[in-house]
Amino acid sequence: MSESVLMLQAVALTIIGAATPLLFAALGEMVTERSGVLNLGLEGMMLIGAVAAFAATVVSGNPYLGVLAGAAAGALVALLHGLLVLSLLANQVATGLAMTLFGVGLSALLGAGFVGTTITPLPTLAIPLLADVPLLGSLLFDHNALVYLSLLLVVGLSLFIYHTRAGLILRAVGESPSSAHALGYPVIRIRYLALIFGGAMAGVGGAYLSLVSTPMWSENMTAGRGWVALALVVFASWKPGRVLAGAYMFGGVTILQLHGQGMGVSIPSQFLSMLPYLATVVVLVLISRDSVKLRENRPASLGRVFRPSA
Amino acid sequence: MGNRVKQWLGVLSAMMLLTGAAQAETKVGFIYVGPVGDHGWSYRHDKGRQAIEAALGEQVKTSYVESVKEGPDAERVIRQLAASGHELIFTTSFGFMNPTLKVAKRFPKVKFEHATGYKRSANVSTYAARFYEGRYVVGTVAGRMTQSNVIGYVASFPIPEVVRGINATIRAARAVNPDAVIKVVWVNSWYDPGKEADAAKTLIDQGADVILQHTDSPAPLQVAEQRGVWGVGQASDMVSFAPKAQLTAIIDNWDEYYVARTEAVINGNWKSGDTWGGIQSGMVDFAAWNEAIPAEVVAEAEQIKSDIANGKLHPFQGPVVNQAGEVVVPEGERMSDQALLGMNFYVEGVEGSLPK
Repeated sequence: MSESVLMLQAVALTIIGAATPLLFAALGEMVTERSGVLNLGLEGMMLIGAVAAFAATVVSGNPYLGVLAGAAAGALVALLHGLLVLSLLANQVATGLAMTLFGVGLSALLGAGFVGTTITPLPTLAIPLLADVPLLGSLLFDHNALVYLSLLLVVGLSLFIYHTRAGLILRAVGESPSSAHALGYPVIRIRYLALIFGGAMAGVGGAYLSLVSTPMWSENMTAGRGWVALALVVFASWKPGRVLAGAYMFGGVTILQLHGQGMGVSIPSQFLSMLPYLATVVVLVLISRDSVKLRENRPASLGRVFRPSA
Repeated sequence: MGNRVKQWLGVLSAMMLLTGAAQAETKVGFIYVGPVGDHGWSYRHDKGRQAIEAALGEQVKTSYVESVKEGPDAERVIRQLAASGHELIFTTSFGFMNPTLKVAKRFPKVKFEHATGYKRSANVSTYAARFYEGRYVVGTVAGRMTQSNVIGYVASFPIPEVVRGINATIRAARAVNPDAVIKVVWVNSWYDPGKEADAAKTLIDQGADVILQHTDSPAPLQVAEQRGVWGVGQASDMVSFAPKAQLTAIIDNWDEYYVARTEAVINGNWKSGDTWGGIQSGMVDFAAWNEAIPAEVVAEAEQIKSDIANGKLHPFQGPVVNQAGEVVVPEGERMSDQALLGMNFYVEGVEGSLPK
């Protein structure tokens, strides 16, 4: 009995580890898309964040500085993306893809000197008293700072988007930039901020990979997680709570299929490997079927160039 | 008269130039699928390139192109190497096979060496290493070191090369510890550090206390270090990632082969062929043993290593019994190379079923 409980606990902890980087990147992208900007450069920004975080940790010896460096590096690449798509009005899809390719290459170049270096990973912070509660204690209150931060971010963004004036303006910019502009809101500046926030969060997601999941730097270590995060945003129909659910579901299916294999479940591993992606596609189809619902949720100006008139 | 002398002098100096150039240096080219800094597969091939430079010095000039994608781009890179005067070109990934043959056809005077492939021609050789021999040695140590009798294996793709490694490991482990079993988790990727780490965690959560891997990143080893279980490095010495956990590492060692093939080109006696080298040839090598391994286990592993090297022991010496309990290779026989190359079943002691 207690053994199977311990097992469940271990599984849950691994799921949290797999979900957290996705959660950061997807929450950031959700805010970006809420402002009407599509950022397909997420994968590249995660990689740049990962390498910057790792490098800063090696140099400073402090993984918290590493997280900040990851966020800053992600934000910087997002700023570049913004210059291209917001100021120079380049196509968002093409530019985003270019950002990913750029990020893959640049991170490999910057990281070349750090391959094979090791660091002390981000420590876990047990919350006093609460962490000692049997069973749930270590499940909920014995994590590294980024796990707490990611959960706070879900709550914070829910409040921000639905219950603050600034959140309303963000949504307005995403729904109808020309109306927002006519009302006197600085559409381009707001989009820049949303995009930079998204880049910073992608950078933190990358930092989680290089500081917690596998405390090392290696080329292309995100291995497609940026794309998964992008899919999660649509999956979650741009709602923070559902992003949380989606990230944990994706992480959960990924980990459970590994456990299934270890326990000898005789489903082809290739099938189990594609299960998380399949689940995402199925949900996408389900929510896209109802075009009214989709239109209600999807920021109306997503991906469109906005050229402020006068 | 003066004119004639001048002509002769001209011819002479031209000849000297030509022979001088031929003697000066042989150009050897490499293409790698990953970055030389991957700390694994491509890194070891680049060590081989450096070995050529160290051994043959002024006689050779080597160059390499790293991170070349398998596919059309590879053909372009190989052709460029061939066209720019390289006399010997090593193409070091399975997916470079067809591009290599295509380019070789157009440059019949250039010699090509393709790693891990099976297509050859007059100027294309193939070579690979019998890593399953290394796995057998490591399996012995794993069988001795496990307390839970569960060995975890993070695997990439269900191809014969990988299946052979799993089977060799458990055969060796059960030879010294009949209760040992192996749990396999497939991550369907050669390289995804995050997923490799998750797979290692899963295996440890399910009771494994030795983690072996046939994926390229040090992530599973790192997890082993964090969780306080044993691990084994892949392709190169990964001890810096797991100073306490790494029992040893199976090291790809192409150095001698690369030097020998380059010398053959210089001496003009290079011939197309197929090489499948193991412990004996030095292609399969090991990192230093972890000091925590008891001396008698090290001695046992060293004995097995030398028995394999001198042919006294074969990792797939009969009886080879599959999961269903059927004898695949009867007692007294050894599995043929052809059967080894096509291996598509688990032997007894492996849990779960092989994905088809």
